[in-house]
Amino acid sequence: MNKSVIVNNLSKKYGETKAIENINFEVNNSEIFGLIGPDGAGKSTIIRILTSLILADSGKCTLNGLDVVKDYKKIRKIIGYMPGRFSLYQDLTVEENLKFFATVFGTSIEENYDLIKDIYHQIESFKKRRAGKLSGGMKQKLALSCALIHKPEILVLDEPTTGVDAVSRKEFWDMLKKLKEKDITIIVSTPYMDEASLCDRVALIQKGNIMQINTPEKIINNFTKELLSIKSKNIYKLLKDLRKYPEYRSAFPFGQNIHFTSNETIADIENIKNFLINNGHQNIDIKAIKANIEDCFMELMT
Amino acid sequence: MRTIIFILEKEFKQIFRNKIMIPIIFVVPFVQLLILVHAATFEIKNIDLLVVDNDFSSTSRQIISKFKGSPFFNLVESEFSVKKAEESLYNDKADVVLVIPSGFEKKLIKENKSDLQLLVNAINGVVAGLSNYYASAIIMSVNKDLIVEMYGVSKNSSSFKQINIEYSHWYNPQLNYKTYMVPGILVLLVTIIGLYLSGMNLVREKEVGTIEQINVTPIKKYQFIIGKLVPFWIIAMFELAFGLVLGKLLFDIPIIGNLFLVFGVAAIYLLVILGIGLFISTITENQLQAMFFAFFFTLIFILMSGLFTSVESMPKWGQFINKINPIAYFIKVMRMILLKGSGFKDIIPEISALLFYAFSILGLAIWRYRKTT
Repeated sequence: MNKSVIVNNLSKKYGETKAIENINFEVNNSEIFGLIGPDGAGKSTIIRILTSLILADSGKCTLNGLDVVKDYKKIRKIIGYMPGRFSLYQDLTVEENLKFFATVFGTSIEENYDLIKDIYHQIESFKKRRAGKLSGGMKQKLALSCALIHKPEILVLDEPTTGVDAVSRKEFWDMLKKLKEKDITIIVSTPYMDEASLCDRVALIQKGNIMQINTPEKIINNFTKELLSIKSKNIYKLLKDLRKYPEYRSAFPFGQNIHFTSNETIADIENIKNFLINNGHQNIDIKAIKANIEDCFMELMT
Repeated sequence: MRTIIFILEKEFKQIFRNKIMIPIIFVVPFVQLLILVHAATFEIKNIDLLVVDNDFSSTSRQIISKFKGSPFFNLVESEFSVKKAEESLYNDKADVVLVIPSGFEKKLIKENKSDLQLLVNAINGVVAGLSNYYASAIIMSVNKDLIVEMYGVSKNSSSFKQINIEYSHWYNPQLNYKTYMVPGILVLLVTIIGLYLSGMNLVREKEVGTIEQINVTPIKKYQFIIGKLVPFWIIAMFELAFGLVLGKLLFDIPIIGNLFLVFGVAAIYLLVILGIGLFISTITENQLQAMFFAFFFTLIFILMSGLFTSVESMPKWGQFINKINPIAYFIKVMRMILLKGSGFKDIIPEISALLFYAFSILGLAIWRYRKTT
């Protein structure tokens, strides 16, 4: 399969702080590649180097064979970039924004209307409205339209769904799926673990290092420990007590439950239950569950 | 070129969509000209005078009536005790106290000379000096009248020896302060519009984050800078024209020199100002900081420019600093062309200084701009 993006030993420091260290990954042609990690992991730094906005201290990075440093002018023509913060002109209307970005890329709305039709169609009825007056979801659709208007080969999105409601988030991922079918390579960063499973492949990033790169399924399959979801009346006390369990390995709060792994190959559910009863817990519920990406992420961190 | 036109189109749309913009363009010149030209005057009138007349003679009355007749003095009160007069001076009820001691006339006749006392509030040195000067002039003229009366010589007779100085004020014969102020205020106007609006506009792209999106487009830096500065160059030139029309209509300022020359120099001057605006935008992160920097620059440059005070009376080092003060050059040139009718040859030094300035500051700003973003 053709490699669209090749990142080699990328490092960047801000003053004394290491933002990213020895980052390596490759993105295949027309796949959705996710950079998954908490705030401050270095996702935005990687993206800003890829989009030629900042220079890396060391390492090499090519997009469709073009070097981000040497060929930055050519790169700007083949990438579409949607920054994390809404970066369109708030005092221009929806249509004016789109037209402006089309013209600076030497194209027109009509020429590439096909590509953005599905997305732009949803906000077209507001085209005379100023961008600053749009709702969060609509702003995001406009930003995506503007990033796509010059028919980029690679689309780079920095936390596109942060601060967007659940329905808009789902719609947004559906749009990305459709774009992928149109042969656009997509690199997307997100702090939401649940979005990882929507990517073709993901890189799990923590403190400037990539911990694992794989398809979401394989990452989950690599989780070999038996995972238990435990619930009781007093969640806080439950967490504290579980950490005192002799065979304790890890325990993280997860919604109303606690996800727990023990050091035994097969966890003794009865034993854990008795341990909790002895500690005065009521309404105890223990289930073996299948791990998700977040569990894998936490596992990698321990 | 096409790209620049698109950026210009976008800029103009944004500028005129800003609700505050139209008032800034049309109201600011009006207010500045109307208020500043009238208020910032150095002519001193209505000096409040308090008289302590302890003599009650015809001579003392003659002196007082001369003061009353002067346009500069305004007789507010008469007192009999110097102590009370001093109190009024202290309470700001009077600016100047004239004390005529008892026996003033008698002494004058007997000894051929007599003393008057003048108490002047000297908190404002300029006002005090001028009050003193005006009062002395009045007393001198009374003195002359007395000599004529006593010795019976004609004022114009040859036996009355003295040097007479006849004044002739060139380029502003009526010593009209407004004529002097308007060209300076116009410079102020053009400077503020050019510097503040351009600096703020550029840094706003940084503050709002739109520069991020622009930076990944094929727009080149020079195209972006031209697209950003040209609108304000045009607006500032329009402001100058608008201000000149207002000045002519409201104050009937003389426009003796060539107007094309005025606009030609303004065109160069604006390059300097926009360059400073661009430079400020490269060293600041948001509009607030840019505003503060612009304010700092304009405040110092305006106060040193010779708009209100004369550059010639500044200390040598001050005059030296003024060599890098673009406002000083432009105010000087404006006054020379408008009031004196100076031609191109007369202002070559100023034009070359401004040209040199424009190239260096724009070069520096563009260099910094490329480095930072």
